[in-house]
Amino acid sequence: MSNIDLPVPQYHYDVVKKLTIMAVVWGIVGMFVGVLIASQLYMPALNFDIPWLTYSRLRPLHTNAVIFAFGGNALIATSFYAVQRTCHTALFAPKLASFVFWGWQAIIVAAAISLPLGYTSSKEYAELEWPIDIAIAVVWIAYAIVFFGTIAQRKTKHIYVANWFYGGFILAVALLHIVNSAAIPVSAMKSYSAYAGAVDAMVQWWYGHNAVGFYLTAGFLGMMYYYIPKRVNRPVYSYRLSIVHFWALISVYMWAGPHHLHYTALPDWTQTVGMVFSLVLLAPSWGGMINGIMTLSGAWEKLRDDPVVRFMIVALSFYGMSTFEGPMMAIKTVNALSHYTDWTVGHVHAGALGWVAMITIGSLYCLVPWLWDKQEMYSLKLVNLHFWLATVGTVLYIAAMWVAGISQGLMWRAINDDGTLAYTFVESLKATYPYYLIRAIGGFLFFAGMVVMAYNVFKTIHSSPEANRADTPNAAAQLA
Amino acid sequence: MSNFWSGWIITIVLINLLGCLWLLWWNREQDGDTSVGKSMGHSFDGIEEINNPMPKWWLNLFYGTIIFSFIYLALYPGMGSFKGLLGWTSDGQWQLEVDKADQRYGAIFAEYAKVPVADLAKDAEAVAVGKRLFGNNCAVCHGSDARGSNGFPNLTDGDWIFGGSPENIIETITKGRTSIGMPAFTAAPYQLEDASITDLTAYLLTLSNRKANAGDAGKGGQLFAEKGCAACHGGDATGMQMMGAPNLTDNVWLYGGSEQAIHTTIAHGRKGVMPAFEGTLGSAKIHVIASYILSLSQ
Repeated sequence: MSNIDLPVPQYHYDVVKKLTIMAVVWGIVGMFVGVLIASQLYMPALNFDIPWLTYSRLRPLHTNAVIFAFGGNALIATSFYAVQRTCHTALFAPKLASFVFWGWQAIIVAAAISLPLGYTSSKEYAELEWPIDIAIAVVWIAYAIVFFGTIAQRKTKHIYVANWFYGGFILAVALLHIVNSAAIPVSAMKSYSAYAGAVDAMVQWWYGHNAVGFYLTAGFLGMMYYYIPKRVNRPVYSYRLSIVHFWALISVYMWAGPHHLHYTALPDWTQTVGMVFSLVLLAPSWGGMINGIMTLSGAWEKLRDDPVVRFMIVALSFYGMSTFEGPMMAIKTVNALSHYTDWTVGHVHAGALGWVAMITIGSLYCLVPWLWDKQEMYSLKLVNLHFWLATVGTVLYIAAMWVAGISQGLMWRAINDDGTLAYTFVESLKATYPYYLIRAIGGFLFFAGMVVMAYNVFKTIHSSPEANRADTPNAAAQLA
Repeated sequence: MSNFWSGWIITIVLINLLGCLWLLWWNREQDGDTSVGKSMGHSFDGIEEINNPMPKWWLNLFYGTIIFSFIYLALYPGMGSFKGLLGWTSDGQWQLEVDKADQRYGAIFAEYAKVPVADLAKDAEAVAVGKRLFGNNCAVCHGSDARGSNGFPNLTDGDWIFGGSPENIIETITKGRTSIGMPAFTAAPYQLEDASITDLTAYLLTLSNRKANAGDAGKGGQLFAEKGCAACHGGDATGMQMMGAPNLTDNVWLYGGSEQAIHTTIAHGRKGVMPAFEGTLGSAKIHVIASYILSLSQ
């Protein structure tokens, strides 16, 4: 309240605009590749016998594109916007911010070329080879400098909670990326991990699970903490809850990786610790959901007439559901059933589609009119269409994978009276087959929603000046 | 694990769990002067924060998981080198399950082991058990119908590379087979010209009564004797099971019987490996699988 009288600084929106557009573009690319590989699982001939289009090479392209290209651009865009405005100061080192944009796009293009050509370090979610890994580290550190530089020159006394989460995400991802990507290069595009055996596996999943924890959870919670209260114009429900769940989340998440390696060569103690901390993670994860939903709770009428808010509430619901499912799947006895099945794939997409993509889409639908000085998106009807495509797509996807995964788990453990396995592997694959079709349809619906979004964003940016807001903060800033 | 690392693990686990408890305790009461339900007094781009308490049910959930953690860490190995009060290990659990399975199903296989393979192959029930074991252990290479594919022998055609007696089959499954391999005849020491390989191919085609250029086949027959083919495949080319050298006269081809496939085999050689299943399956189950395989060609 004491900050309201401060003069409005000249915010840097140019880089945010570029990042926002590229988030939508890469979202379409990444999800298209996802739909293609989902279709290949149903109809393998769809790789057309072309090596670059085989599942093995496109799968890492899909994950890298949706996580780092779509999610990355969205996180950098929304954080650059939110950190300026909540710190009441312009972006620190705007030229460096521009370097972050171009550097990140160059890395994405390098990934989109090298992965289909078959260059891979074979580490899941960290497949890119060492020269690209070095580029990621450089660009990421530049991102950190811009972000924390902006915080350092803030005009507010405190640091807003969204920035804690964005900041935690930026620091942790730098640490995770650099440690896990440590490798010995043997040629320009080939390297071997600096770690060996079970240690390598543990480092990989320490990275892998914290990529979920810090990149896909903390980062997007930062988004949630700014764009939800701004959209519904409500105060954040509980300051204390945000403190407790932030510190608990970032400390406990660091331990959860071993649950990816239950019943493997990993020592027993490591598996136990991984499982225990995964369970403790439930409450801190839910803290964010509670704070988000309670912030929305005074504005339920908006659910009726604002499809953007609908995206946000559904995102929080899927977030709550998948952060409950995750700790349950980390329990060893549950994991014995779920591990290596499509249940895991369903769980990941409950988080990735339901939470990460939905909160991103909701936030971008806020951000686009704000950035381009419009009253609202070109068409809220199209936003609503997108909402239903995305929701139905997500539900089809995860429901299909639940049924498929649990069927697989049960079939693999079923035994006859003589102790022999009741089913061969290929029989479980055959049972999964119809669900692969449903999954591909669900994915296609989600992808179709992104295409609708791209059209809507394009029309919003190019809409007539009458759609402009008269008293936008932007306009005020430009006058000042 | 050294005492240092054990202590290190215990320390950071405790710091993190107790830290969570401290965090909850520290934030249990309202903050400073701000009364409950009122704004904290800071505004960020117009966003304020309310001093609301953490929900009771949520706090209880958090406390519950932490209490569960302490109990679980006391019972199971997790705190460094402390083994846990239950003495549980993953190896121990595995052994327990294996013992239980042996106890429960061992008798069935022990009974089968008493019956000679040739007789067991006529026992429909035993053959069904063998088929299930085959499905999960052998089908990945030999196919779920045991008809094999390129490079993986068909087990139903009565044509045996290493012999088809019950003893041979059991030996093959138990110890695996590593054939000495078909050498590449374009390489040293043979260094045959492509034309010679074409001649040999023509000769082999005539052996299984297929059409080929008679002149080429004639030259091929000579090469067959001169270049050492007969050393493994025998003078009459009917093969030698001791060496794993296939019969070339029966028109059964492991690596394809087209003219081009035969040409490639001679030019570049072949080498197949059957892995040993002694450690995975044990003799009693191999006995049952052998009877299933034998039943396929009867």
